[in-house]
Amino acid sequence: MENWLPIFVAAPLGMAFLNLLVTKVFRHVSSYLTMAVVIFLLWLSIRFFGEQPFYYAMGGWMPPLGITLVWDSLSQLLVLIVSIITLAVTLFALPYMQQYTAQSKFYSLYLLMIAGMYGVILTGDFFNLFVFLEIASLASYALVAFGVEAEELEASFKYLVLGGVSSTIILLGIALLYSATGTLNMADMAGILAQGGPKNLIFFIFALFIMGFGLKSAMVPFHAWLPDAHPSAPAPISAMLSGLIIKALGIYCVARIFFIILGIVPIVKTVLMVLGGLSMVIGVFLAVGQWDFKRLLAYHSISQMGYVMVGIGLATPLGILGGLFHLLNHAVFKSLLFLCSGAFEYSTGTRQLKQLGGLMKKMPWTGTSCSIAALSISGIPPFNGFWSKLIIIIALLQAEYYLLGAVTVFVSFMTLISFVKVQKYSLFGSLPKKFQDIKEVPVLMVTGMVILALLCVGLGLLYPFYGQAILESARNLMVEPYQYLQYAMP
Amino acid sequence: MLIYFLNSILFVMGLYCLIAKKHLVKKIIGMVIMEYAINLFIILLGYKKGGIPPILLPGMEKSQFVQQSVDPLPQVLVLTSIVIGLSVMALMVAISLRLYEKYKTFDMSEIRRLHG
Repeated sequence: MENWLPIFVAAPLGMAFLNLLVTKVFRHVSSYLTMAVVIFLLWLSIRFFGEQPFYYAMGGWMPPLGITLVWDSLSQLLVLIVSIITLAVTLFALPYMQQYTAQSKFYSLYLLMIAGMYGVILTGDFFNLFVFLEIASLASYALVAFGVEAEELEASFKYLVLGGVSSTIILLGIALLYSATGTLNMADMAGILAQGGPKNLIFFIFALFIMGFGLKSAMVPFHAWLPDAHPSAPAPISAMLSGLIIKALGIYCVARIFFIILGIVPIVKTVLMVLGGLSMVIGVFLAVGQWDFKRLLAYHSISQMGYVMVGIGLATPLGILGGLFHLLNHAVFKSLLFLCSGAFEYSTGTRQLKQLGGLMKKMPWTGTSCSIAALSISGIPPFNGFWSKLIIIIALLQAEYYLLGAVTVFVSFMTLISFVKVQKYSLFGSLPKKFQDIKEVPVLMVTGMVILALLCVGLGLLYPFYGQAILESARNLMVEPYQYLQYAMP
Repeated sequence: MLIYFLNSILFVMGLYCLIAKKHLVKKIIGMVIMEYAINLFIILLGYKKGGIPPILLPGMEKSQFVQQSVDPLPQVLVLTSIVIGLSVMALMVAISLRLYEKYKTFDMSEIRRLHG
């Protein structure tokens, strides 16, 4: 089984290019090929679920010289999130993308993005991390501009400039780490730094990585690209960008590099918490006034990633658990909300909340899924968002951050207000005349949304059954990073 | 030490050009200068004055070879990084051409239909 680990990257990467060749002969098969790869990856991640941590040496070159892929509890959490969300999003994309031309190119870029994300999650080598990060980012820049309308190109260019700066800064950080330790293997580097590295240089590297990964995960001083880029993409890509890319490329890298490789220090924790708190507050204030559904959701992404950052930056066991749990939940409900906005746009042709109304009667499945997701994100008790926010708030109070705890409750309240607005204007109220004869979206799109809606309910209620295996094991790794040295190197 | 200082000036010049210039093509040039400054920095990490190429020929002392040869790893990394930089640049050029078709201008201050 261990030899199957590189398939996670190889299958989507290979299919991305094979797809373009095959569609020269057989047109219209690219969506089915993509679906097959995504189902295969889900099957593979379920097969790997619960494996003991191990490393795989690429090409038989043993670490620290060769490149490794590492399977452990933190990557297990992210791999499961990515494979489940991509399945739902691909189901949604099959009918949705019929509106666009050049579908085979869309699916190739989509598979490249998936390959890049799996690579970032699984790699055990710093330069390899950078390469996969760039693969995923480049695919996402191109996908944001996929509609080639004026606004989409503008958003993509903005995203490209800021994303390019962040990648360059990350590369500078990696180069400095190489100069400090003389190795690129993460486990080897962690071992060398644990014996005491050059303090000032490490602080400089922390600063570079906070800027680089902060830009990738859209923390507040670096958030300017997100509200333009995420709404401009086609709806399935918005769901992928908001649900997965900012987590796999941003928060996951912060968790892996800061906590496990470099070893967290108090001042960096404070910086992460300040960034998280700012993101929470500013994101939600910018979101409340929006009337474009997708733009509103994009601002909420900034705000909710702030929760994750606060939870992880708190660095107590409960705080990290809350952060990781909220990461999982946010991936589910934010993808679902973006898919719902796509479904509304598919049926009605608009995403301006003021022009919508009364869609609950005409589109019961989409409407119900949208309600469930809106209740989840605003933290109403039986749904998953409530539990993770509760854990983060309890952790903040236990660590005696009373002010930040109060801010967290307040932001949750503001989120509720803004989603009450969404519900009122889109689902309830009177149906405008021109939408009298709209229909429910095709069955595959509904299937994708219903899977995520069921997850929204299930993840909250079934926590006792899966929490230990998925979330708490990842938390334990982040709290006790020296475990990583035992299995990531011979 | 001087060369590192000059290198950082190159980096900051690229960053300034990327942020402050309005013209799309100038922004692309700034991006490329910034990437090349980082590439140059990575090469400098492995550089030794008067070093020899990192190829172990028959009849060379191993310990002496290690002392004299330059570090080959950064050179390999830079090759990959140049390729990535090239693809980023190609995408930027393609998008800016499409932007010109839509807006009939390369001036970023006039390309503002989004307000974020």
